[in-house]
Amino acid sequence: MSDTASNRPRVGLFVTCLVDLFRPSVAMAAAKLIEHAGCDVVVPRAQTCCGQPAYNSGDRPDAKALALQTIAAFDGCNYVVAPSGSCAGMLKAHYPRLMDAGTTDYARAAAFSERVHELVSFLVDVRGLRNVPGNFTGTVTYHDSCSGLRELGIKTQPRQLLTSINGLELKEMADSEICCGFGGAFSVKFPDISNAMVEKKSANIAAADVDVILAGDLGCLMNMAGKLRRQKSSTACRHVAEILAGELDDPPIAAALD
Amino acid sequence: MQPTAHDFKSNARAALADKQLQDALSGLPGGLVAQRAAARARLPEFDGLRDYGRDLRNHTLEHLDVYLERYETALIKAGGHVHWAANGEEACAAILRICQEAGAKLVTKGKSMVSEEIGLNARLEGAGLEVVETDLGEYILQIRHETPSHIIAPAIHLTQGQVEADFRREHAHLPANRRLVDPAELVDEARQILREKFTGADVGITGANFLIAETGSSIIVTNEGNGDLTQSLAKVHVVITSIDKVVPTLDDASALLRLLARSATGQEITSYTTFSTGPRHDGDPDGPEAYHVVLLDNGRTELLGSEFREVLRCIRCGACMNHCPVYNAVGGHAYGWVYPGPIGAVLNPGFIGIEEAGNLPNASTFCGRCEAVCPMRIPLPKLMRHWREREFAGGGTPFSTRIALKSWAALARRPWAYHFLARLTSRAMKIASGRNGAFRWLPFAAGWTGGRDFPAPQGSTFQELWAARQKQAAKKRSGR
Repeated sequence: MSDTASNRPRVGLFVTCLVDLFRPSVAMAAAKLIEHAGCDVVVPRAQTCCGQPAYNSGDRPDAKALALQTIAAFDGCNYVVAPSGSCAGMLKAHYPRLMDAGTTDYARAAAFSERVHELVSFLVDVRGLRNVPGNFTGTVTYHDSCSGLRELGIKTQPRQLLTSINGLELKEMADSEICCGFGGAFSVKFPDISNAMVEKKSANIAAADVDVILAGDLGCLMNMAGKLRRQKSSTACRHVAEILAGELDDPPIAAALD
Repeated sequence: MQPTAHDFKSNARAALADKQLQDALSGLPGGLVAQRAAARARLPEFDGLRDYGRDLRNHTLEHLDVYLERYETALIKAGGHVHWAANGEEACAAILRICQEAGAKLVTKGKSMVSEEIGLNARLEGAGLEVVETDLGEYILQIRHETPSHIIAPAIHLTQGQVEADFRREHAHLPANRRLVDPAELVDEARQILREKFTGADVGITGANFLIAETGSSIIVTNEGNGDLTQSLAKVHVVITSIDKVVPTLDDASALLRLLARSATGQEITSYTTFSTGPRHDGDPDGPEAYHVVLLDNGRTELLGSEFREVLRCIRCGACMNHCPVYNAVGGHAYGWVYPGPIGAVLNPGFIGIEEAGNLPNASTFCGRCEAVCPMRIPLPKLMRHWREREFAGGGTPFSTRIALKSWAALARRPWAYHFLARLTSRAMKIASGRNGAFRWLPFAAGWTGGRDFPAPQGSTFQELWAARQKQAAKKRSGR
């Protein structure tokens, strides 16, 4: 990365709280991909969480405060990119809804919203990326995380980039568009239902018979990886950015270190 | 019906452990879901029609008073009677009075969720009337003393084997060695039994899928033809329905019918679509002598004037529950009141209160599949979130959740403290997990670790690693 006044677009990386805390390698891979797509990456320190836990629990005031904090943190960025359809969906689709129409906050949220993109759709739809640095030989399947799919229309983009990798074979699993049962606080408030849902998902993953299950959201991945690990499955679980960037040194999610 | 929505969690646990229920539910994806997808694929303008339906319903709700009055005027002109009911009690009382004035002993019923909402059967039976459900699914539930678990496929929670056993038990006068293997054989047997009821009924009660303001007509859609027999063979036809069912014109109704059947069962149109406009008129070959419509409010005008207005666009197709992974996992009874699935998660709190039904709008991952298939484009996740907001603002959110949420939010609003604690947490959890990469048990996520492992963090936060990377890059530059 260069700090000279380049004419490369300045991309603010919205790390997401889960990636920051649990799997920083995903954000490293994301930064590498964004740079590969001809952009400069900045990581504002003033970002924490997108506010979705508050928003989805009915705590609008805290959600709004976090939204304003996030918007301010990314002042001066041409784009705001998150390695998560769920968090990007929050920033893009829901921030404006948190503000009262006609206020300056609303105008800021609306302008901010236009600059926000989920990582893979940013690479493909905004930057026109067709080839990635990643290198992988083996079979993978891709789980369509709900918010990315239904709020942001992310479906073909990850598949397009994945199939550009030589040696990678993408096998579709059944019901890839059905929720894995994570749902943030849902997985803690309704663990039995959440577990039943991820059990259906892990059965579909097993039937796909692949080396790696990929997705664009760490929450879903932690849920699926946790289930696969409990079932002693040999299928590895990774964020799609890791494969695309070729950042595979860290063990897969929930995998033992040896 | 006594609500058990407050017991949703234990209802759900029981449902998940119920092997027979799980068998029955496993037919949903290949059945109603696949049928809808095929029907949608056959109609290129389907999504455009959804926009049209949404706008039409919005317009009608905007002028609901006007269209209801227009409907009433047209219906009276056609010789029908209108009974306005503010709540279930008033609706039941009006229907009971009609039955008693007709000297009724036997009442047949077509399928009606509104009648479930007001507890009509119990009320009529309590007054000594015999009430017979004539929809096959509803008939099965009646002999099992159960309530519907789905709004269009009320007995979807049962397997064919269960129904066969019920029929053998209930219809003991029929030969014990008869064949009851094919669904068609079950239907035939129910028909035989119900035929006597149709011809002997004094009052026939149906619901209505739509009411048409310009003509004063009510419409029912069925696949069994039981509704037609219910409403045309008895002397008195009573329609029990709610005020949100009115549409302006016949053309409007036909547009909605195109969406309804496709979304519900994947049919272009249901086998029977029956229009009723008042009692039998001179020259009509058949029809009832009297025609009554009971129009229920029961909280709907309150929803109309609230942030939940959009839910009143619902045309009761059931697509939201067919596509809901939570409904698919636990079935309809777990929801604990009349309307299950995503639509129930929005409607039930409006009808029985958020205190009773608070679990329902919370029991969603917001996966958005319901909204994606809703023919009326009702933003169900948004409306569920509104209930959560009401619950939170009203102090209904559990204390422990509130405390956890408030402390987390306070931290997240202080980035420096947040990043500091994130570093500590990441390190501590990494150390605690050793080289295992995951936790088999975690004290603060025992529910989670009951069924799956909890992945361990990598040990450093991204903010830390990024700062180190920046520092190194700066060093490299200055050393150059």
